Formats: sequence, structure tokens, C-alpha cells
Amino acid sequence: MSAACKLGARRRALETRADILHAVRAFFLSRGYLEVETPNRIPAPLPESHIDAIPSGSWWLHPSPELCMKRMLGAGYDRIFQIAKCWRERERGPLHLPEFTLLEWYCAGSDYRDLMEECEDLLLYVSVALGAGDGISCRGLPIDLSKPWERITVREAFERYGSVALEQALAEDRFEEFLALEIEPHLGISKPVLLYDYPLAFGSLARTKPGDPRTAERFEIYIGGLELANGFSELTDAGEQRRRFEKENETRTRRGCPPYPMPENFLAALSRMPDSAGIALGVDRLVMLFAGASSIDEVVAFTPEEI
Amino acid sequence: MYSASDLRKNLRIMLDDDPYIVVDFQFVKPGKGQSLYRCKLRNMLTGSQMDRTFREVDTFQPAETEEKNMQYLYKEGGSYHFMDNESFEQIALTEEQVGDAKNFLIENMECKVLLFRDRPIDITLPNFVDVVVTEAPPWIKGDTVSGNYKPVLVETGYKVSVPPFIEQGQKIRIDTRTGEYLTRVKE
Repeated sequence: MSAACKLGARRRALETRADILHAVRAFFLSRGYLEVETPNRIPAPLPESHIDAIPSGSWWLHPSPELCMKRMLGAGYDRIFQIAKCWRERERGPLHLPEFTLLEWYCAGSDYRDLMEECEDLLLYVSVALGAGDGISCRGLPIDLSKPWERITVREAFERYGSVALEQALAEDRFEEFLALEIEPHLGISKPVLLYDYPLAFGSLARTKPGDPRTAERFEIYIGGLELANGFSELTDAGEQRRRFEKENETRTRRGCPPYPMPENFLAALSRMPDSAGIALGVDRLVMLFAGASSIDEVVAFTPEEI
Repeated sequence: MYSASDLRKNLRIMLDDDPYIVVDFQFVKPGKGQSLYRCKLRNMLTGSQMDRTFREVDTFQPAETEEKNMQYLYKEGGSYHFMDNESFEQIALTEEQVGDAKNFLIENMECKVLLFRDRPIDITLPNFVDVVVTEAPPWIKGDTVSGNYKPVLVETGYKVSVPPFIEQGQKIRIDTRTGEYLTRVKE
């Protein structure tokens, strides 16, 4: 297919994208959120083991707006959302683009459970706004978006769908492999799934669950096997966050990737940050769901290969 | 040496001391976790296929293959015989190793044979071959409507669609990469 043909064939998906963006803004404005814009080009990204930023001169293109938005939270902006272009090095596949769109929002005074409910409300709001009611169809199968969604812990998911127990997967350093290959395909088939309570090592910016020092208050949304969003109760302990960043940087070094500088401004703001919850949702994947697309290529005007 | 992020379709790598070619490839990355590379691989010696998932830290040696210019000599039973242009040594490939190339092999044709530790594993033909049409349905005069193709048989036993004016005994050019008719060759 010629480039012009391909672009023309995406019109319906691109119209769905525009409708979704309008609906998302209407949802957050109706709940008293402030839409914000923070710089896309930043001096350094937060140190995370497996997220590689793309250099832009001596600075970087942000892999998410988390750093700047949390500094705003610390300064008293208690309900904020942003629709931001983000960049991640070497991420390209049927569900990944190196340049993609994130919807990120933060709410002071709430935790990951409140956020799970807000996600249910958001998806229903978007679905109704698009005329899909409370159900969508994914690869020919109906998915019921009505509340409440299914909530399963990571441990339960391993017991239910995995060939090994969570502990063994962690001990063998194959957590992601079992999660992605064995578990994810089962998640959110007839109803969306909220997968929650991650091993602490997989929630470096999330609060430790009270009374359970090995678990991070992190969750992910899965719909039709597709990972859609990653949220958590925010870690507000600057000392603990510094130790975790150091650990993340150690992993980066082991991977042969450059460690990122310690984000001192961010850590200083963290100690002023109220208890809050925040989440990043992949807008391109949300469009995939509502447009019935099987590849992320179908929901953007241009992939990097087509420009 | 390759790293997992170099993996792509048609890359040839060594695994468990055997040469493999990547026939299918998918990038997977859950949440904020490490990248995974799901591959379907074919053993270039045995032809058997397997699925394997690699992680970012995995590294590979390129398959130690060597390409040699050879001349196709003849077919005997299920074997295709070739001669090394430099050493004049002769080797034989099985029908499986020759694959689709068997449709276009003509005696004395120059081609490239891929070797792994002196064992032939694959063959690359010139992009275009000229072959004689051995069997063709007659041309119904006046039928010049374009798109009205007809099947003919060529000297290698390969069947190909050609325009209606091509007749038995004529020479045609075929693209070996697509297997499609290109043009009539005037002697």
C-alpha cells in the first residue's frame, strides 16, 4: 500500500483518537482537574532500570512527565492531568512506538485504590462519549466495561495463570517473562482487570504497602490482554526514593546503560509532596481498543518508518 | 557479536553451536520491566523450527557462514550438484537445501552457495534468469486484453503466468526473488 493510501485508511482511527482526547479532557475538567503542560526536554530523566531516554543535545526527551508533574504536586497543585508526547529509546513493536502519547494524572489525598475507581469511571465516560455504551468489542469478543472491574493481585495472577510461583519467577529474574508471555494474554478478556500489589522491586516510585514490606502499591490496567496503564500510591519518602534510585542506577550500569544523575530538585520536592496517587495511561493503546486496531501503527498518522 | 536488540528477521546467529536464522520476531515489554525479544528460529542445518525468548542481556555470535561462487552442474536423484569456481571441488545439496531455487536452476548457471563449516546450507541465485518456454497454450489471435495472463511451463519444470503472446520455444526472463515473469528475451 502506498504511503498516501495507508494514511487515508487510518482516517477512522484518527477520528476516534480526536474524540477520545476530547472526552478525556471533558472528564478531568468535570472533576476539577487542571490541565498542565510541562517541558518535553529535560536535563535528565529519573533513574529507572529499564526505561531509556532519547538524548536531545546535552539534555533528554522525557520518557514521561512524572518528574515535573510531581514537583507541581509538591508545590500545591493537587489535581493535575497532562496529555504528553513521550519518547523511549529502542521501544518498537506492535504495541510500542519510540514516540508515543501518555495521559498522566495525579491526585493529592488519594491512594491506588481510589485511582482504580477513577480509571473505571474514566473508561466508562470515554466509552459512552464515543457512543459505545458500557461495552466494547476486542477481536470479535465483547468486553464489559461496567463497574466493578476484576481486581487480582500479581501473586494471584501467577497462581492462576503462571507455570511457576511468583517467588520462583523473581528468584530466576524472569518475572517480566512469565508476566508478559504466560499471564498477560489471559487478563481482561471479558472484563477489564486491575492487576495490583507488585513485588517491591517492580515499583521503584511507588509507596510500600503498609504492613507488607515486600509489596509496592502499584497496579496496571489490562483490557483484552493489552496493558493500558500503570498507577500507584506515590512514594513520598525522599530518603527511601534516593536509595531506590541508586539501586535502579546499579541495574542500569549492569545493563551497560549510562546511570542517570540523581534528581536532587525532584527529591527535594518529594518531601513536600502530600500523600497522593498518580498514573500514566497509554493514549495510543486506548485508541487501539476503541478503534479495534491490532497494531499501534494503525492509530497514529505516521510511524517513525513512514515519516 | 550481536545483542538482543540487534535481532531482526533474517538475522543469522549461532545458538547451541548450530547456525539459526530468525524467521519471525516480536518486541515485548511489560510495564516498566525489561525488554523481551520473542523469536521464531530455524536451524539452518536441520531445518527444524523453534520458539525462543531472549532478554536484553543475551548476546550472540553471528553464524560463521561463508559464501562461495559456484556453478550448477546437474541434478541426480534428489541431489543438486555444484562446482566451486576456485577449487573445482564438487558438492551436492539436497532438494530441501536448494528450496525454491530449484525452479530456476539451469546447467552451468553461476550462483552463490552459503556454507557453514564447509557444509552447504543455502543458495542464492542471480536476480534474473532467462529460460526457454517448453509448453504453452496457443495464442488466440486478437486477444490483446491486458491482464489476460496464461500459464506456461519452462525448461526447469516451473509453471509461470505470462502474457498471451508468449509461445513455445521462446525465451523469457524471470525474477528469481518473486518467481514472476518479467519480459520476453529477444535472441
